[in-house]
Order: sequence, then C-alpha cells, then structure tokens
Amino acid sequence: MSETLYPVTLEVNGVLHTARVPARLSLVDCLRDELRLTGTHIGCEHGICGACSVMLDGEPVRSCLMFAVQADGHKVTTVEGLTNADGTPGILQDSFCEKHALQCGYCTSGMLIAAHALLQTVKRPTDEQIREAIGGNLCRCTGYQQIVDAVKHAAARLGEKGR
Amino acid sequence: MSNVIDPQTFRYIGKKRRTKEDPRFVTGHGRYVADIALAGVKHVALVASPHPSARIVSIKTEAALALRGVHYVLTGEEFCAETDALAIGVDAPNVARYSLAKDVVRYAGEWVAAVVADTRAIAEDAVELIEVEYEPTPHVIDPEKAVKDGGPLVHPAHGSNVILQKHFTWGPVEDAFARAKHKLSLRVIWGRSSTVPIETFGVAAQWDAGQQILDIWASIQMPKFPDQAARSLRLPGNAVRVHFDVDVGGSYGVKRGIKHTVLVGYLAKRLGFPVRLIEDRLENMRGGDMHGPDRIFDMQVAFDDDGTLRGLKIHALDDVGAYAGRSPFQLGKPVTAICGPYRIAAIEYVPTAVLTNKTPEEAVRGFGQAPTNFAIERTIDCVARHLKMDPIEVRRRNLIRKEEFPYLIPSGSTYDSGDYHAVLDKALAAIDYPALLKQRDDARRAGKLAGIGISTCLEPNGGNSGFEPLLNPKNDSTTWMDSCVVRVDLSGAITGVMGTSSSGQGHETLVSTVIGEVLEREPADIRVVRADSLQALPSNSPVGSRMAIMLGGAAAGAARKIKDTLIEIAAHNLKCTIESVEYRDGNASVRGHPDQRMTWDELIAIAHRKIHQMPPGIEPGLQAKFVFEVPTGGKLPAADNTVQIYPCYSFEAHVVYVEIDADTAAPTLRKYVCGHDCGVMITPDIVHGMTYGGIAHGIGAALYEKFSYTADGQLESGTFMDYLLPSAMEVPTITIVDHCTPSPLTTFGQKGSGEAGYLGAPAAIANAINDALAPINARIDTLPITHDALWRAMQNTKAP
Repeated sequence: MSETLYPVTLEVNGVLHTARVPARLSLVDCLRDELRLTGTHIGCEHGICGACSVMLDGEPVRSCLMFAVQADGHKVTTVEGLTNADGTPGILQDSFCEKHALQCGYCTSGMLIAAHALLQTVKRPTDEQIREAIGGNLCRCTGYQQIVDAVKHAAARLGEKGR
Repeated sequence: MSNVIDPQTFRYIGKKRRTKEDPRFVTGHGRYVADIALAGVKHVALVASPHPSARIVSIKTEAALALRGVHYVLTGEEFCAETDALAIGVDAPNVARYSLAKDVVRYAGEWVAAVVADTRAIAEDAVELIEVEYEPTPHVIDPEKAVKDGGPLVHPAHGSNVILQKHFTWGPVEDAFARAKHKLSLRVIWGRSSTVPIETFGVAAQWDAGQQILDIWASIQMPKFPDQAARSLRLPGNAVRVHFDVDVGGSYGVKRGIKHTVLVGYLAKRLGFPVRLIEDRLENMRGGDMHGPDRIFDMQVAFDDDGTLRGLKIHALDDVGAYAGRSPFQLGKPVTAICGPYRIAAIEYVPTAVLTNKTPEEAVRGFGQAPTNFAIERTIDCVARHLKMDPIEVRRRNLIRKEEFPYLIPSGSTYDSGDYHAVLDKALAAIDYPALLKQRDDARRAGKLAGIGISTCLEPNGGNSGFEPLLNPKNDSTTWMDSCVVRVDLSGAITGVMGTSSSGQGHETLVSTVIGEVLEREPADIRVVRADSLQALPSNSPVGSRMAIMLGGAAAGAARKIKDTLIEIAAHNLKCTIESVEYRDGNASVRGHPDQRMTWDELIAIAHRKIHQMPPGIEPGLQAKFVFEVPTGGKLPAADNTVQIYPCYSFEAHVVYVEIDADTAAPTLRKYVCGHDCGVMITPDIVHGMTYGGIAHGIGAALYEKFSYTADGQLESGTFMDYLLPSAMEVPTITIVDHCTPSPLTTFGQKGSGEAGYLGAPAAIANAINDALAPINARIDTLPITHDALWRAMQNTKAP
C-alpha cells in the first residue's frame, strides 16, 4: 500500500511553500514535518488544547483538526510569523516576555495566536474579553494570569504605537 | 551554618528582571523532543491492551510486518529477554515492570507490542493489523477490595496487592487521644488526577555503532534517569548519553518516561537507525504511566475545648495502579511535614500502597504532599465546625509561632524558619476578610450557596532522599546533590553549565542570576548550557521544589570559586594581601588605593594566557565546579523512624470565596488570595508564575480532573473532553501576597517554590465548597468535587 501524494501550495508567514502530502496529513504535521516550522506544537490532536493554533486567512484555527490539503491555496500565519521582519519578537511576543506569560513555552504559540486574533479586532480588550479569547487554549504552567497581563500590556503598547 | 540575609543588599536577586528563556519560546524557537530531526528516524506506535487483566494467548504480527514502510514489530517476549526490569523504589522485587507486557496484561492500555515504521501514520496502520488473542482474567479496580485477602492479585508472585505498608507512631498518640476532651474521625478522598502537561512524553534515540554509545533525547524530568536507562538496557553507564538540552513542555513531576526510553533505546540499538516515540494523547493518558496519587484518608483527631490539637491519626491508602516505580514513595515524602504547620505532638501515620488493575501512578507535583495537606486541612475545618469556632481561630491557635523556629516536628524533620501567623494575616487583609464575610452572608440571604475556604499549608522543599530509606531499609541513599560549573572564557564571557533538563522552571535564569550576583556581572550576558549525562555534572533533576536551593547553591559555590581565584590573581599581581583586595563589578583594586587596580579583562587574560603572572598553586583557565549537598542531609532514619527529610519549608495561606449556582450547581471562584512565604525570591516573576500555575492545577484537582475507571476496568477519561483541565474561564484572578522569612540554611535565604499553590489550593477550595454547603447540611469530602457531585448533594438535601 503506497499512499497517494497530493500537491499543496501554502502561503505561510508570507512565503509560498509547496509540498506533496498524503490526504490524511494534518496541517500541523505538514507545517512541522514538511516545512520544518516547529514553533506550532501538538498537544491533544483532538481540538481541545489549542497548542496547534494558527491563523488561516486571518482566523484562528486548530491545525490538528484540518488536513494540509484543505489548506491548499490559503494563507497561514504561525507563531514564527508574529515576529518583526528582523526576527526579533513582535510587540505581543515581547509583552509575553515582559510579563513572563509563559514557563515551559509549549502552549505559548497557540496562546500568542489566540491573543493576536483578539487584538486584530478588539483594540483595548477587558480582562473578561481576554479570558474568553484564550479560553480555548489550555496552559498548565501559568494559571493564565500573566498571560492576561501580557495581552493587556501588548494592547496598550499597540495602542500607543497606533496613535 | 546560619547566615543573616538582607534581601535589600542584592543587586540582581529579587529584582524584576526578564527571564533568559522566554524569548526563544515566544518566537517559536524552543527545541522540544518532537522538534529534533534525526536523519532517517523511524516512528513507534503501540498496541495497547483492551483488558484490565488478561493472559496473552498469541500475537500475530505477519500482516503488520507485510505492510510497506513497516520495519519491525517488537513484543514482550523478545524485549523482556533482552532487557532488565525497570527499577522499583520499594522492596518488592517480584513486582517486575517492563516497557512491554509479556504473557499477561495488568491494565487496560498496557503496551503489548511496538511497531516501528517510516511514519507514525504507517505505524498506526500496522498496529491495527496486529492480532492479539487474550484470555481475560479477574481484575480488581477498587483499592479497598484490592487490599483485602482473597481477591484477584495483580502480581501473584508478590503474594499480595499491598506493595507498601508502614505503621509509624511519633509521640504519645494513645495518651493524647485518651486525655483529649474531643475526638473526631472523618474520611476524605483525593481523586486520581495528574499534572497532564500539554506536551505528552516523547523520546528519540540513536545508536552510534562506531562509538558504541546510545544517544537519547527525551522530554525528561527524572532523578537517576541515565543510570536507570543504562541498567535496564544492560549497558554500562558510560554507553548511554542523555542530552539535557531538550526543552520539556511541562512536567510538574510526571515526565518520567523511563519505560518509553528503554523501549526506544532498545529498538534504536537493535535496528541500527534512530527511533522515536512521541505519545499521542490517549497513549499518554492511558498507557503513559503518569497518573497521580489516588488516596483514601481515614483521619482521627483529638483536641481540647479551645481548639488545641493534641493528636492526629492519619491512615492513607494509595492506589498506585498495576506497577510501581517510585510512586509508593509519595506516601513517604509527607512524613517531612506530617503535622502540617501545626503544633501537634503526637502523630500516628499508617501509609499503605496497593496495586490495582489501573494505569500506574507516577510522581506528581508535591510528591504526595497536596493530598496530605488536603486531608489535614479538612480535618482542621471539621474541628472548627465541631467546636463552632472560627476556622481561622483554630488555625491561629495551633500554628507554630515565629519564635519557635527552628521547630522539630514529631517525625524528625526540623522546619527551618517561618512566620505563619503573619502570612495568614496578610492574606486575610488582602482579601478584606470582614468585607468578605459580609459578602458571603449577603449572598446567602439572597438565596445563594456561598462559602469561604481557608487553608494554611506547608511546602517542604530542597528535595532530599530521606523517605527512601524510611520506606525501604534496603535503600541507604542519603544524598541528592546537585552541581554547576562556571567558566569564564578568554573573551571574558561567562558560561554556567548545569546537568539536567528544565520544564519551565527558568533554571537558565536562576543560574545566570546567581552567578551574576556573586561575580557582580550582568546576568543577561551570562550563557547557561546543559551538560549531557557523560559530562559528569551530578544532578538529581528538578524535583521536590529543590532547584532554587540546590542548583542556586551550586551555581553560587562555583561562582565564588571563580571570584576567589580572581582575587588571588589580583593580590599576586598588585602585591597585596588577599584580604586587602576590593572586588567590584569584576574588577579588583587595593582597598583604599583605587588607582592600584586590575580590570576584569586583565585578570581573565592572566588566568588564561600568562602563567608567569599566576599565583603559585592556582590552575590556569577559569573554570570551577561545585557540587552542593542538600542542607541538613546525610543521615539515615533513626531507630524510632524519625528522620530529617527535606531541609526547607515554605508556607502558603489560601483564602478563597466560592459561590455555587442554585439552579445549575456550577461553582464559581469569585475571589482568591494566596499569602506566600518562600524566603528570598531569586526571580519574583518566576515564583509568582509557578504559584499561579500551582493554584490553577489545584483548582483542577479540586473541581474537575479525574482519571475515572469503570467497574470493568476501562479508563473513562482518556481525552480532554472527559478529563477536564481548567481554562482561563475557570481560573479566577488570583492575588498573591508575598512575605519573606529567609531560610538560615541556604545561600541567599531562598527556599523552594516549584510546588507552590498546588499544595494548598485543593484544601482551601474544598473547605470553601463545604462552607457553602453547610447551610443545607451537605458535605463533600471526595475530590474532585465535580459539578455533578454538587448537583446530587444539592438535590438530596432539597428532597422532602
């Protein structure tokens, strides 16, 4: 039994990638194993923990619940794509460092994607809005508090930058 | 040994500073085991037993082996012949555990065969083609049935399901119970939960045939891991090289994948190509051997009219599952704080560990202390309710007083320092306790179920081995050292080398901060790397809240050696005595003569290149190793079963306010304050983060998380749909109030804090729930107090 491979073209973090993948390959496995973008992590593979979150055409999705072939022709942003052009941490990422909003770092990529998605639409989120936005992402290290602080901090910095 | 600490004098310690680790994680540059790309690596998937107890009649592998891309199928028959059983902590040699079952299976989920294939997907396809014929045999799931004679034996060769039982009496227990005016007994149950990191366990191994070395990369947090892996693989210790420069995606105790590692190590050596096993979530939850304590406590307490506690009897029955590694020791660690923070002179402790046909238990944050604290704190609240006293008043009356430290408890440990009353008072002030009482009472008048919960708990830290010889006389281990190397290179840059992996505790920040403090150099510029296991840096890994004390102490010791060498070089070249050298910011001058000065760069150049300017007897090159022994360690238990186990004792006082929805029975934590004293904090953001996280984990253990089993031995909660982890919607905003009582035993007055929050949160939440249920005369002493359990309790009391 030899698996049929299908060509996919993904725009990931602004760069076009092509790969030939089996139909059953998940988007997260494609990103990690085919494109070697290992910043996106696998936690549960059943859509609960949120560690594998990426942006697909501007919306946060679980990349473990999607096949790579379904993402063919779409735009994906991963945690690596949230940096500044020179690879240094972007404001949201830097705010996570400032508030120590992580410990082991494993859920962090998904948290950043969830927070990034929130800040795209809500410029000055309340604590409740932040908690709701990251409510689908599980973290075992932080108890979420410093994450909430970091997202608020990032919102304030982004607001100042936008003025 | 004692030193006077003034935290205000520190330059970097205790300051708000960014961590060294965070930037690589936020940019996606962490290097977890699944990120390590070994050329030609093959993937493992596992055949798991569907039965809790069965005889393996046959295993047919032909169809799997015929599948394209499949390289090998390993069964227990070959594996158990070619490897030795995994190490076991207690004295039970007939409870043999291997990575794969042979002849019989003892729990649903136990690994029966391993497939190696080009991809994980193909390996999973092959798993489905393997036919195993089983003959089911009687099983036992209920620990209270397992402990009785006459039922099914999980390991018949052991002769009993009891794998550990001790009877400890410290102080005049029967006398205390005879004299006390009041006696109470209660049963409290801690449910089977675990730390459940978001990263499952993973391991990759590669056999280097030229060097005859097995290289291992694993998401590991385990003392003696390289030694145990080598022993089971029948390799000399110097033929196994564990790479500790692997980021671990959370552990909190459980990442002890020795069974996975021996399996993958064997396959890599046997097959000659790299092999990896990354657990999927079901393998992790059902077959990963990472469940936590599952414990029934029968408590008895003797006390006076005024609430003074006279004696305590703790009988603890722990269900360790089908095999035991170190898990029964989790009944031993709490001996080091068996009376909690209270003056209780007489204690009886009867710990029993029992085998059942469940997934085995592994070390979980606190190593048995969180369940014990929960049992003690529920007992205190029951005393208060019995006497109609304020639970805070009962605690205040019995808490060890500031002036009584160092305080020797009946079981032989001495608590180093503390001010428990001050921490409790600070927590009560932070939550505005009088206002909170009014809020609760107003809510009750409005028809709500509302409650306040208090817990005052100890966090033993500095992780030492004293419980091992206490529970297993054949084990005479008395040290759990840790170590660090500091080197300064010719460019003047500083590197710290540690000998273990980390799972989020920020050890690179710890080491660099401590070295920077001692050498007066900027920590951000200090690099911290990890030696592999053949580079001889003894470590016992970050267990038992030990690294601030142990790795911090080792880093300080090594940095001080470097500083001493620099001062000697300066004295030799400035032609003055060592005592008259003034060291500042890495430069040295003659005291009172600032013009007679040598810079850091000059001193470094001499150390590396100018032996003619070196003082006699000093090694060239600037490198120092320091192995730090656990303070107060080094002694075996006395004949009366007293022993100093851990050296340092942090303290936490939780105050929580809960409301339970009258219609849906959903509990909501509306206010949460934790007063915390862990001595001098080296990096406050890290300590606070771990405490918040520990409380969140405690909320899970108290209200949501359980590995529940059906009567026929199946795990019901193998996914995150069934095993519920608290999200940001369940965890409230938490206020931490710091207090600092330095430890007299440690380098900077620091204590440990890695288990903070978790050790007191479940107790406080259970007390709050029960305070809320008191007006309807309901009580729940079984964790987790699920939504369903609350609903049923409320319905029962509403019935006419």
